[in-house]
Amino acid sequence: MSGSGDPARVVIDANGIDTLIAILAKRGYEVLGPVRRDGAIVHEPIASTDDLPRGWIDEQRGGHYRLKQEGDAYFAYTVGPSSWKRVLHPPRQPLWRSEIRDGEVAIEAASVDTQRRALIGVRACELAAIAVQDRVFLEGPYQDRHYAARRAGLFIVAVNCGRAVETCFCVSMDTGPEARAGFDIALTEIANGRFVATAGSDDGAARLAELPTRPAEPSELDAAAAAIETAAGQMTRTLETEGLPDLLTSNPDHPRWDDVAQRCLNCANCTMVCPTCFCTDVEEVNDLDGGGAARVQQWASCFTTDFTYLHGGGAVRDSVRSRYRQWMTHKLATWHDQFGTSGCVGCGRCIAWCPVGIDITEEAAAMRGARGGG
Amino acid sequence: MSTVLAPDPQLDPMVPTLARITRKIDEIPDVVTFEMEADGWSGFAPGQFNMLGPFGVGEIPISLSGPASKRERLVHTIRAVGPVSRALVELQEGAVLGLRGPYGAPWPVERAQGRDVMVVAGGLGLAPVRPVLYDVLENRDDYEKVIVLYGARRPEEMLFADELSTWRARFDIEVAVTVDHASVGWHGHVGVVTSLLRTVGYDPANTTAYVCGPEIMMRFAARALTDAGVAPGEIWLSMERNMHCAIGLCGHCQLGPVFICRDGPVFDWARLRPLMQQEEL
Ligand SMILES: Cc1cc2nc3c(=O)[nH]c(=O)nc-3n(C[C@H](O)[C@H](O)[C@H](O)COP(=O)(O)OP(=O)(O)OC[C@H]3O[C@@H](n4cnc5c(N)ncnc54)[C@H](O)[C@@H]3O)c2cc1C
Ligand code: SF4
Ligand code: SF4
Ligand code: FES
Repeated sequence: MSGSGDPARVVIDANGIDTLIAILAKRGYEVLGPVRRDGAIVHEPIASTDDLPRGWIDEQRGGHYRLKQEGDAYFAYTVGPSSWKRVLHPPRQPLWRSEIRDGEVAIEAASVDTQRRALIGVRACELAAIAVQDRVFLEGPYQDRHYAARRAGLFIVAVNCGRAVETCFCVSMDTGPEARAGFDIALTEIANGRFVATAGSDDGAARLAELPTRPAEPSELDAAAAAIETAAGQMTRTLETEGLPDLLTSNPDHPRWDDVAQRCLNCANCTMVCPTCFCTDVEEVNDLDGGGAARVQQWASCFTTDFTYLHGGGAVRDSVRSRYRQWMTHKLATWHDQFGTSGCVGCGRCIAWCPVGIDITEEAAAMRGARGGG
Repeated sequence: MSTVLAPDPQLDPMVPTLARITRKIDEIPDVVTFEMEADGWSGFAPGQFNMLGPFGVGEIPISLSGPASKRERLVHTIRAVGPVSRALVELQEGAVLGLRGPYGAPWPVERAQGRDVMVVAGGLGLAPVRPVLYDVLENRDDYEKVIVLYGARRPEEMLFADELSTWRARFDIEVAVTVDHASVGWHGHVGVVTSLLRTVGYDPANTTAYVCGPEIMMRFAARALTDAGVAPGEIWLSMERNMHCAIGLCGHCQLGPVFICRDGPVFDWARLRPLMQQEEL
């Protein structure tokens, strides 16, 4: 040990991360990380750092997402359309099956997914989103058993952002760009394929100790801090959260809701890409031979009229205005009542993936009568 | 908040137990009452509901409509209005279906002890509130006046008509009924159920009300009761919303800050009024 560095912060290179991936795989983890697929960064199984979209960055703004090649960093892009929600709370989750044989009914609960997974490259806002879904699925009177099982087996390698895009506003939501909790290992990419690594758990410390690392030099720690500061400094979008819950819940008739209803297409994209949106339908799927049926839980969206359908009266939230209002008010206001936290972590996905570029920060600012957005 | 952990697949709150229909009673057209038995059933509190699932069709929330004091009794009254409720109503004695529950916050019955009890029900809304009446009548001495106001669309759509007549014959409970549309042979009251409020004597300052029916009817009833001087915190309503999970996880039943399935379905008017004032919340 050279004595000059901080022993809790070590430097690791891409080979070291390859070793980590190999060790995790050997310990039975399915290792998932960012890969480039169909013009976007998504999460898939990876075997080494060769699978990472090195040298690719993203360009995002309202209604726009594009990848382009620039530099040689492993993690210079930000968040893409698929969040880790896809892994922990997948779009389709079988719950149980019923079989009717000779007049007898048997129910078989779907088995939980006990596969342990290592998530590589989880950003600070995504850690915050996982913490939000933990509150929803694990901390109420009833638990989502499938989420609980997937969540229990995670090993999380966080990556601190060194670059932000136009849609990011994690600073406003106090969730990033630096990962503060909820990870096993956190990496900050400095130059030349090197990373400053810290452990966030005993498990993370144990794995880190198995890797080829050396203590970080003060200059490397400075470079890591500067990278995070750069990302924070690039963040032009803001969301003023002070007093926002009251502002939204006490303004259900604000003309801005009509204004946004003129633009919103009701496509539900925002709810699908949002890493905290948790709503589901439970549907019955019959076997083709008629012998049995499966009860399946699927992602649902408050932007559909089915969502609040009541026999006799039709949809409770029949107008586009009321559905957008529900979504945004839930995210920024009633989520606090229900779960003691904001439902928005400032990842900006809903802004980039809205086909017409509706921007939650701009809508919130307009409700205040101020100009906002980015 | 207590945590219901479900490590065992059999304890997954989304997985139903099996229930069997032991008796089917035809009530009015499209409405039946089932007496059932279910694995592990150990009773409920008035106002709670179960998720009932005819296999291969779906699953819907249905209130318990029988007496809560008889722990083994499992009674539901169902109206066929769509695919799942229709499939339920068509089940016969002996049929097996899926059941999850009981769920939800109950009617606070004991709150009315020493007070006048006012039940206001419309249409099928009499079924979810019937357990309140069973409890109150079993402990009749604990309460002052007991009044039931019930409105149906037509005379032939009057639910539990025999039971209403039996109650009406008792000297210790006042029952008043009304219909929206009279038919030949109807000599009773015609008009909305709130119009019956003026026809009965009670002490508004010392009244606890239990209101169940279509949302519009509950709004009017709550307003009329408040106008008469019943405290908003003493007026209890049972709300209906689309429900897919009944355990606070699917998001469908939200009404502003509350989940109807988990925080309700029974709420007092003081809590509900600001939420029901907002259209399309
Ligand atoms: C707390 C509560 C208590 C209630 N108590 C009673 C009662 O005691 N008696 C009574 O008659 N009614 C009661 N209701 C109303 C009853 O739940 C509705 O009438 C019923 O949901 C209508 O369902 P449906 O499928 O028949 O009709 P629809 O109105 O067509 O369906 C309503 C909803 O049911 C779900 N659904 C329909 N089909 C499927 C399917 N194939 N798979 C999965 N889900 C499906 C969907 O969410 C759909 O939007 C209660 C409702 C609530 C919320
Ligand atoms: S509301 Fe938008 S910015 Fe906030 S967490 Fe969801 S997708 Fe991200
Ligand atoms: S806000 Fe945008 S993404 Fe969301 S439903 Fe409307 S058009 Fe679609
Ligand atoms: S019914 Fe699913 S949250 Fe209430």
